[in-house]
Amino acid sequence: MRKFKELVFSVFLHTATALPLIALFSVIFFIISRGAMVINWEFLTQMPRDAMTAGGIFPAIVGTFYLVLVAVFFALPLGVMAAIYLVEYTRQGGIVQTIRIGVSTLAGVPSVVFGLFGMVIFVRFFGFGVSILSGGLTLGIMILPTVIRTSEEALLAIPQGFREASFALGATKWQTIYRIVMPNSISSILTGSILGIGRAAGDTASILFTAATFYIMHLPNSVFSEVQALPYHIYGLLTEGTHAQAQIPIAYGTATVLLFLVLSMSALSIVMRNRFRRRKKW
Amino acid sequence: MVDIITSCQLPVASCQSSFISQKEIKISICSLNIWYTDTQAIEDVSLDIEKNKVTAIIGPSGCGKSTLIRAMNRMNDIIPSVKVKGEILLDGENIYGEDIDVVGIRRRIGMVFQRPNPFPKSVFENVAYGLKINGLIKKKEELIEKIEQALKDAALWSEVKDRLGDSALDLSGGQQQRLCIARALAIEPEVILFDEPCSSLDPTATAKIEELIQELKKKYTIVIVTHNMQQAARISDFSAFLLLGKLIEFNRTDKIFTHPEDKRTENYITGRFG
Amino acid sequence: MKKFFRRGKGIEFLFLFFALASVFFLAGIVVVLFSSGLLILRTVTLREFILGRYWHPLFYEPPAYGILPIILGSFWVTLGAMCIAIPLGVGAAVYIAEVASPQLKEILKPVIELLGAIPSVVYGFFGVVALAPFIMRLFDLPIGFTALTASILLGLMALPTIVTISEDVISSVPVLYREASYALGATKLETAAKVVFPAAFPGIVTAIILGMGRAIGETMVVMMVAGGSAIIPRSFLQPVRAMTATIGLEMGEAASGSPHMHALFGIGCVLFVLTLLFSIAAERFSIRFRRQVGI
Repeated sequence: MRKFKELVFSVFLHTATALPLIALFSVIFFIISRGAMVINWEFLTQMPRDAMTAGGIFPAIVGTFYLVLVAVFFALPLGVMAAIYLVEYTRQGGIVQTIRIGVSTLAGVPSVVFGLFGMVIFVRFFGFGVSILSGGLTLGIMILPTVIRTSEEALLAIPQGFREASFALGATKWQTIYRIVMPNSISSILTGSILGIGRAAGDTASILFTAATFYIMHLPNSVFSEVQALPYHIYGLLTEGTHAQAQIPIAYGTATVLLFLVLSMSALSIVMRNRFRRRKKW
Repeated sequence: MVDIITSCQLPVASCQSSFISQKEIKISICSLNIWYTDTQAIEDVSLDIEKNKVTAIIGPSGCGKSTLIRAMNRMNDIIPSVKVKGEILLDGENIYGEDIDVVGIRRRIGMVFQRPNPFPKSVFENVAYGLKINGLIKKKEELIEKIEQALKDAALWSEVKDRLGDSALDLSGGQQQRLCIARALAIEPEVILFDEPCSSLDPTATAKIEELIQELKKKYTIVIVTHNMQQAARISDFSAFLLLGKLIEFNRTDKIFTHPEDKRTENYITGRFG
Repeated sequence: MKKFFRRGKGIEFLFLFFALASVFFLAGIVVVLFSSGLLILRTVTLREFILGRYWHPLFYEPPAYGILPIILGSFWVTLGAMCIAIPLGVGAAVYIAEVASPQLKEILKPVIELLGAIPSVVYGFFGVVALAPFIMRLFDLPIGFTALTASILLGLMALPTIVTISEDVISSVPVLYREASYALGATKLETAAKVVFPAAFPGIVTAIILGMGRAIGETMVVMMVAGGSAIIPRSFLQPVRAMTATIGLEMGEAASGSPHMHALFGIGCVLFVLTLLFSIAAERFSIRFRRQVGI
């Protein structure tokens, strides 16, 4: 009886692990195997043609790149500074508690709600319109909790002994942060933040009303331009498209590009992070 | 921030030790009390540190030795929820006084820690760090000169002169600790605090550091925390015995180790507890 | 003033200001949502809004703004997703933490973390082109866009979150517990089931709540594959409409300042309050876990 129970439990655990992996890899394989057939140099570098039924997805690639760029330039400095405050200046207290609750709550907010916020504040209140700037800032706020958490982790990994040695030599807090803590943690902060960047590149709901457009026949010429973006392009091809026969293959191609982009960034981030953890001498 | 309650308003920079010449006092600790949240780590300790001498603080682990030595350059400030009451006078000036520049105090009082903690930079950059942040040098040649001098004073120069650009983390444990000493010496402090500097080193490396401390006392005032009584006996001029946060006995080292006045000191140094 | 800066207080305040940014944004989100969302109460009562059974914001006279079917639609697909994700996710976490060899663990952990990064629109796309037609044929339905389709995809999406966090939790149960159990003659699997799992339970609940939060807040999948009928769900094989999808689909066509737009922001408020409750609950269980195992 005991043996039998063991067996059942063991089978269950193996199935529970294998099944999701098989399912997830099937999803990836299903899309990439079909997408690979339409991807070629022209697909990546050309404008769309014939009412989105032919040509490439270059503007969507460029648009995603710009959106991510704005998000990173916004969230990275802000998140790193917030983490520095939490780790280096923290005295346990009301303010710190408030900030931590704020960060963890923000992490749980659905991206469509960020989209609403971005629409009201950036698009309308600041008058940026539906644009790269509005969408990028919205994405930036969305990934802020990720950046803060990875930065905090990186800063906490710096041994206290480094800080003590620096203080004992007559360094001020700022000198210690600037010359000892930051140079030794910046690489982990950056690799960790790539995870957040991947999330920003793949998110659709937050740019629905803040940045994205399906039909645009030219590349963005300023931060106030509407843009195409890879994830929105997939959605647009499926829902706004009128020529499914021609557009579904393009959607496969776009999804493959997006998957490749997001997965390779995340893989890079995860591998680098694990390597830093292992190689650390201190 | 650390709460500082100053009650001890002694007019003269001294406490009681008759065996220390009043003129030669570098640091004077007056009725010092330190609390962590609610436990008291140091209880009413008064102690004078004489200039150009080695003063050892001994006692069983957990007796407050480290807390006491870290109070002398206000390293305890880094830990939240530490409360300090009493005074520590450096050349007659209370370092816990109101308008004191903590950073300036730490520049005058160097510290070497329990575990060697060189920065993950080159040997050269480690020693240069203190000079750079304190803005002590103007020319490149001066920097090189000072770094060479500091490494020589720390008896490390001959071993590292060809590998100044290597990472400090590639040095052996004993070399790392001497590098930390060189780093402290480079900014020419007046006092150097050693917090169990040999606890993670092998006997050979320990002997080198002890020899070095003997050499350093000619120029610097030295305070060392150690749990190794032989070490205290070998290198110190004065010894303070601490037990459960209280100063039990403070005297010349030869007296403490031959004719301790307190029964508890005798029990400790003869190895009956601790 | 000069002394103020010399002591680095100025820099400290600068950092504090940036650290408070997330709190500002959070406050901003609350203000934006509620200042527009509460305006729906000028058109309908709170009771009519939350418990109203009909969502007819357009083309009906008079329009109806009851979001009960939409709230239930969200719960329905989330429930379905959890039926899939909880047993598989927790099982996989136990396997990785307790059974898998160290080498296998080294591979599985990052791979699962990586799968968590797949963008939701890709799942939605897969749902439209592959899963929905499959469901349609399997159950002989007129259309494949059903609650079940969305639930399967949401379950897959929530899995990496649940596995990763649960695995961390299980691995952080002190070795002591295991050793005590082994010493009494228990096998590895018995120890996992009877000692480690109960000890880790509150932490696993945290993982599940965070996974649910991800499912209920997910937009693209439910927009693309759930079908979109705002009727109270009675079966998994019927189309449903979730809160996020309603906002995503209708915000574009709602006239600015209209009751319809206010109603959509009102849905945003409900969604926000729900995810806030999830965050609080997750934190509570996380604290209980850490206290229970003494870390």
